[in-house]
Amino acid sequence: MTVATALEIVLAVIVLGIAFWTTMVRDTSAAVVGFLAYGLLLALVWVRLGAVDVALTEAAIGGGLAGVLLLGAAARLRGAEISADAERPRTIPSAAAAVLATIVVGALAAAVLSLPDPAPTLAPAAAANAAATGLGNPVTNVLMAFRAMDTMLEKVVLLLALLGVWSLAPDRLWAGGRPGPRHRADPNGVLAFLARVLPPIGIVVGIYILWAGANHPGGAFQGGTIVAAMWLLVIMAGIVDTPPVSARRLRLVLICGPAVFVVVGLAGLAFGAAFLAYPAAYAKPLIVMIEVAMVLTIAATLGLLLAGAPERSAEP
Amino acid sequence: MSLALDILTIAAVSAGAFFFLAGTVGLLRFPDTLTRLHALTKADNLGLGLVVLGLLPQAGNLRIALKLICVWLLVLLAGATVSQLIAGAALASGASGQRGNSINAHDRSNEPQP
Repeated sequence: MTVATALEIVLAVIVLGIAFWTTMVRDTSAAVVGFLAYGLLLALVWVRLGAVDVALTEAAIGGGLAGVLLLGAAARLRGAEISADAERPRTIPSAAAAVLATIVVGALAAAVLSLPDPAPTLAPAAAANAAATGLGNPVTNVLMAFRAMDTMLEKVVLLLALLGVWSLAPDRLWAGGRPGPRHRADPNGVLAFLARVLPPIGIVVGIYILWAGANHPGGAFQGGTIVAAMWLLVIMAGIVDTPPVSARRLRLVLICGPAVFVVVGLAGLAFGAAFLAYPAAYAKPLIVMIEVAMVLTIAATLGLLLAGAPERSAEP
Repeated sequence: MSLALDILTIAAVSAGAFFFLAGTVGLLRFPDTLTRLHALTKADNLGLGLVVLGLLPQAGNLRIALKLICVWLLVLLAGATVSQLIAGAALASGASGQRGNSINAHDRSNEPQP
């Protein structure tokens, strides 16, 4: 057994252990912290599997933004939990939940065991056609060229999710409230200091990851997540406020990613072979243009998803 | 030359691992939030710093070496800030101890708190 195999086995045992602990622990905040550690360790698992693009996404979303979202949810639930703990769990619902969970686990295990080995794969085909776009990263090729339709629809789904969050706003704030509470922090405190020092670095890193995504692991989603985290940091430090949901510039940023995608797609239909067909000579510039627009949309959408529903009027 | 660099790597990474181990033991064994933070920051600052120092001779080129140093500096910045925030929150809530004993009560006596 090599050192690498031993490391992988230890990693797998720790990931399974943390997953078990996270589901068993009673305290919600502790479960969230467990889930964060689980996300970061899962990113290491993806690195060991050679899927660095997935590892970056898992670290940014599973270990980062989802953690902020879940910590906020745990803080909001704190009051309700005390009363829920006082109630005795009823036998029949608990037994039904146990039976349902057992059936789901059994079905998943059966599905995994019945998978063909070796798994059917299109990876050789994707690698063989890599030259068609001029990009060196096969994952970006699949996301932005071979399966570009999926990526475009994914961005539309993100927007629909944001609309779902916004629709929780009370009627009077629907037309232009500000999302989330107004954060206040000591303007000379350490949080405000971090929120002034870190964003320039974080924005450069986000743009670098977008740019590197053409030929190395990275891309619009990972870069956009980092930019969103920087924006949230500045909001939480109270340096800037969340924009009112009616702001025209904000809405333009929110739709620019899918809009550029659709325009390029229709141009492919008009001048080329099919919807989203890139002319070979312009494939790379077009893909980079779409990705730049998508970074803006992803950063704004993720930031606003975490900020929450409009809950204050725009006027102070 | 290469042997000397390898020895430096082994020595520095081992020292870094020792600080991580000591920090983890401190995190598990120390009595309240502030001392546990103290243990954690040692692992972050010195432990990671020594690991990065040990990896520098193996980096191969200057770009990777600079990236390693950037990782360490960013962890320093984040670790110091988060420790301050957690310590501030612990002081403000008055619950610096595991069992909810306040700072003042803790300072006054070593008696077990209810």
